[in-house]
Amino acid sequence: MQSNTQSMLSASYKDALRDAFVKLDPRTQLKNPVMFVVYVGSILTTILAAQSPSVFAIAVAIWLWITVLFANFAEAVAEGRSRAQASSLRGLKKKTWAKVAEGEVRQGASRDGLKWHPLEADSLRRGNTVLIEAGDVVPADGEVISGIASVDESAITGESAPVIRESGGDFSAVTGGTRVLSDWIIVRITVNPGETFVDRMISMVENAKRRKTPNEIALTILLVALTIVFLVVVGTLLPFSAFSVASAGSGQVVNLVVLIALLVCLIPTTIAGLLSAIGVAGMSRLLKANVIATSGRAVEAAGDVDVLLLDKTGTITLGNRQASAFIAAPQVPARELAEAALLASVADETPEGRSIVALALSQHRLALRTLTEINGKATDFTAQTRMSGVDISGEGVSERRLRKGAADAIARYVESLGAKMPVTVKTAVDEISRRGSTPLVVADGARVLGAIELKDIVKTGIRERFAALRNMGIKTVMVTGDNRLTAAAIAAEAGVDDFLAEATPEAKLKLIRTYQADGKLVAMTGDGTNDAPALAQADVAVAMNSGTQAAKEAGNMVDLDSNPTKLIEIVETGKQMLMTRGSLTTFSIANDVAKYFAIVPAAFVSTYPQLSALNVMHLSSPASAILSAVIFNAVIIVFLIPVALKGVAYRAVGAASLLRRNLLVYGVGGLIAPFVGIKLIDLLISAMGLK
Amino acid sequence: MSATLQLIVYLVLLFLLAWPVARWMSAVMDGRFGWGVRIERVLFRMAGVRADMEHSWKSYAFGLLAINAIGLVAVYAIQRLQVFLPLNPEAMAAVSSDSAFNTAVSFVTNTNWQGYGGESSMSYLTQMLALTVQNFLSAATGIAVAIVLIRGFVRKSSSTLGNVWVDVTRITLWILLPLSLVFAVLMSAQGVIQNFKPYEKVATVEPVKWQTPVLSADGTPQRDAKGAPILAEQRSDTQTLAMGPVASQLAIKMLGTNGGGFFNANSSHPFENPTALTNFQQMLAIFLIPAALCLVLGRMVGDRRQGIALLAAMTTVFIVAVALATDFEQQGNAALTSLGVDAIASVTQPGGNMEGKETRFGINASALFAIITTAASCGAVNAMHDSFTALGGAVPMVMIQLGEVIFGGVGAGLYGMIVFALLAVFVAGLMIGRTPEYLGKKIEVFEMKMVALAILIVPILVLGGTAIAVVTEAGRAGIQDAGAHGFSEVLYAFSSAGNNNGSAFAGLSANSPFYKVLLAIAMWLGRFGVIIPVLALAGALAAKKRLTPSEGTLPTRGPLFVFLMIAVVMLVGLLNYVPALALGPLADHFAGFAR
Repeated sequence: MQSNTQSMLSASYKDALRDAFVKLDPRTQLKNPVMFVVYVGSILTTILAAQSPSVFAIAVAIWLWITVLFANFAEAVAEGRSRAQASSLRGLKKKTWAKVAEGEVRQGASRDGLKWHPLEADSLRRGNTVLIEAGDVVPADGEVISGIASVDESAITGESAPVIRESGGDFSAVTGGTRVLSDWIIVRITVNPGETFVDRMISMVENAKRRKTPNEIALTILLVALTIVFLVVVGTLLPFSAFSVASAGSGQVVNLVVLIALLVCLIPTTIAGLLSAIGVAGMSRLLKANVIATSGRAVEAAGDVDVLLLDKTGTITLGNRQASAFIAAPQVPARELAEAALLASVADETPEGRSIVALALSQHRLALRTLTEINGKATDFTAQTRMSGVDISGEGVSERRLRKGAADAIARYVESLGAKMPVTVKTAVDEISRRGSTPLVVADGARVLGAIELKDIVKTGIRERFAALRNMGIKTVMVTGDNRLTAAAIAAEAGVDDFLAEATPEAKLKLIRTYQADGKLVAMTGDGTNDAPALAQADVAVAMNSGTQAAKEAGNMVDLDSNPTKLIEIVETGKQMLMTRGSLTTFSIANDVAKYFAIVPAAFVSTYPQLSALNVMHLSSPASAILSAVIFNAVIIVFLIPVALKGVAYRAVGAASLLRRNLLVYGVGGLIAPFVGIKLIDLLISAMGLK
Repeated sequence: MSATLQLIVYLVLLFLLAWPVARWMSAVMDGRFGWGVRIERVLFRMAGVRADMEHSWKSYAFGLLAINAIGLVAVYAIQRLQVFLPLNPEAMAAVSSDSAFNTAVSFVTNTNWQGYGGESSMSYLTQMLALTVQNFLSAATGIAVAIVLIRGFVRKSSSTLGNVWVDVTRITLWILLPLSLVFAVLMSAQGVIQNFKPYEKVATVEPVKWQTPVLSADGTPQRDAKGAPILAEQRSDTQTLAMGPVASQLAIKMLGTNGGGFFNANSSHPFENPTALTNFQQMLAIFLIPAALCLVLGRMVGDRRQGIALLAAMTTVFIVAVALATDFEQQGNAALTSLGVDAIASVTQPGGNMEGKETRFGINASALFAIITTAASCGAVNAMHDSFTALGGAVPMVMIQLGEVIFGGVGAGLYGMIVFALLAVFVAGLMIGRTPEYLGKKIEVFEMKMVALAILIVPILVLGGTAIAVVTEAGRAGIQDAGAHGFSEVLYAFSSAGNNNGSAFAGLSANSPFYKVLLAIAMWLGRFGVIIPVLALAGALAAKKRLTPSEGTLPTRGPLFVFLMIAVVMLVGLLNYVPALALGPLADHFAGFAR
């Protein structure tokens, strides 16, 4: 997706330049009321300049047209970028053929004994059942109803490691455009043509410029209101000036070209010219983070989130528990326990087993021997025995039966051998539970050696992310099926603000409603079908792409990387979009002060020579003063295109300091910048001897 | 008293008085005063008002418009019929139709622009029954709108905003009436007159002499051989002193920020404002309710610092304005100093620009009064603003043009300031990356529409009206001075009308039908063109959920927000008028220096 970025970029600027002219179509201009005023002003000044040509009138006319073009260019650059994204997505929609089953296919059916006929992927409809074998491209989004396969989803997620997709459970969804690498799956298609993920991504990118978000509309209203006020201000200046000239008996009535120049300088062209670029850039930033939003509204809402619900497993903790300590029974040397635990786990390939091996090796410097070296025979974990272990039989050594398992399972095991679990080990087991960890007990035959503590491992860096969220003003709540004790311990370690233990889907739903009733906006991530009701209730719901179809339909965003902490990035993107708009609006309005100081004295100095006292910038002549303001007004749009595309940087430092910072940069900066800019342009103009 | 000390004493007393008044007002508006509610119940039953029924914003707006429309008709009718009505000892004739219309609109909209002289055209009955009653009702209207807007923030998911009849009754009966009673007694104890006597003829200390042209039969002045008019000597040793029920009207004129004087000279008349002390008390009365209403907002939304923040923003702008105006006036008139006139304050003279000011008030009290009356949309005057220096006169004009939000008219100042606050919150909220919210309510598309309407209407009226006046013959005829100063006179008149201030710059002969009608239109639209969007805003806000503030919410009560609000008021309120001000007061001022 990002391979040929460099060549694409230069091509996109060329395209944008061309589009800037294409967008001069009045129908396109009409969509942006503020820039439409500039557009009409450009036409009027052109006519006026043609009627009575003067260097000044022609220069103003040219620069007004340039203002319009610059605004068009800003929009075209942003669109060009997202178009590039869309077209690379469209590449995924190659013409593919699907093998469609004839008749009804049961859940878990085998591929043999069914008849398949080929059908073009584009004509697949919801409910069709298709067979996808190794090497095939998944024709459309769907749910696996039978089989298991490894799927390469790199085209969508950019993640090269293949993922497993199988029927049932939370990993049953497949996305159109991905490729099955091995084995086969039977998939029930869940979308109609034009509704697939890729389609939705493309349409989102393309819609970003057409459909305005609520906040954008509200801002546009403000901008239009300001434009109307300034239309009145400038419109009434003509009679005011005529009256002043007649009454003071000196000077000339203000020139129409000057009035139009003043109007264009006063109306918020900077923000209006960049507004749609900001929106498009925001959406494409989100897409770059591999998140699909159903609407721009959802992205904006993400910026307002107050409470974030996160699943414990996989989000806050690593999916697996890890051994963290050996607690030996009395009269048992710690080293013996460790060695027994090590031997019992040699054959255990689960992450927990491997973590026990690793801990034993590192704590007691034991040597790792293979099963054959110790001449052992593995006893695997079963749901009935709930323990695993190794039987070692060697020459001259009595046979050892090493077992590890849940405390009650080992207790039953040793009891069956006529022994009893020592009380101290029982206490140790209880204590481990209380800490929020999982205890395992190790036995050598009938002799209980001690306990192993398996701990939930909180992801590294997650604490800092939660701290960042807290600074943003977002409260984090951990949701887990664990009991309260375990949950509380992990919550404290991870640094979340609150937790919901023993969570059921109903409890989750209730929690969300409680927060909402308090007037909070709730965001959550989820992947399972049982998350669907809560996802539907949450204000911002991010479904994992690996999750079930039900979850994806309930959410208003889908994270293609299936990374639950992605919400933080989504929130930041939403905030960035609003911040960029707000900051540039402030900048635009603050600019007006300097423009007044440039234009007002220039416009009326012939009537009231004393008004030259207001020419604080000491601009060389009235004509050059007005022209400088117009040029500054146009050029500033181009200067701010990078800000619009990149967005104003968000920092999680709390509302007040964020506001102080942005007010300083864009408010005070917006007050000062034009004084400097207009003066410099004026120096340039007079140096070039234009006036 | 030095200007600084005067301002400090003024503000301290103002806040001390505003505190208990705010407490009382919130109790009254929430119906938390047992005995009063019982009395009310009888009144409502008699009037057939169902006090427990609540109104939607539309019904509320309809009710308010109805009250004011009836008021308009009543004030017009009484003026036209006063000759047939009692309490007319001076046998005042019916007021002309255009003048009666202008005055009716003016008093209904809380503007109290006066195109008439009270003592020379209105009977006592008209003053009391038409003008004073309307002073109460227009003040009550403003306060009701402000209270409703506050309720919009307080209520959640509600479709109603309160009962318009109950609100207006409570404001009039339990807030305005008791305060006015106390203030009227206080004033009459210090020399403000209160009687129904016919005008008194008194002997002057010295005879007064003047000359009048001798008229020929056709009414033109007779001329002598050289063409100079023939003048006849006139002499008088009596003077007519106008009487009337002044104190009762004065109280609500100040407390309700109405500003319509009983006498033509308004609060510079010795019977309406006899001493420097009454002057000071009248200044306190003007700001009392506007200041208290800010605190009422804090109380009703359950966060007092929110109200204090609004009050702080208003006070800051106010202090700066007073300092500027006082300084400009104390510098004196550049035209006079250039002629060698000594305008330095000394033991023997107050110095500065004393033209058009009462000697019993002096420069400091006149400048302070001018800022208060223009900031608060009151419009009472104790000095002639036209005679202020160019910049000294520009400050009161700017106060008006900011949209009457620096304290502002009773109610109108608060709801105007909240509209600006919403604008500030909108831009600032975006700047911190959240959907803007104020007092727990999200500011979305509809709210922005209403904010835009409320902010748009007044500058359009002011600038549009001024433009019409300077392009038409009828408009230009009324302008007294040439050049920039003449332009200032027209701009001030429309600023005053559109913003419902009512003070006049003087100099402009606004007594022509042209100005009377045009200014009346500006007053009416400037009042209800803002009130209706504000009520719609309140309705939309009340229907929303109320969000609890979090770390990420824009704090709207600290110094940063106060600063931001001032910046928005300045930028949005003032930018519109900069070119016009350049052609008026600024050109006037710089011309003074050039001379």
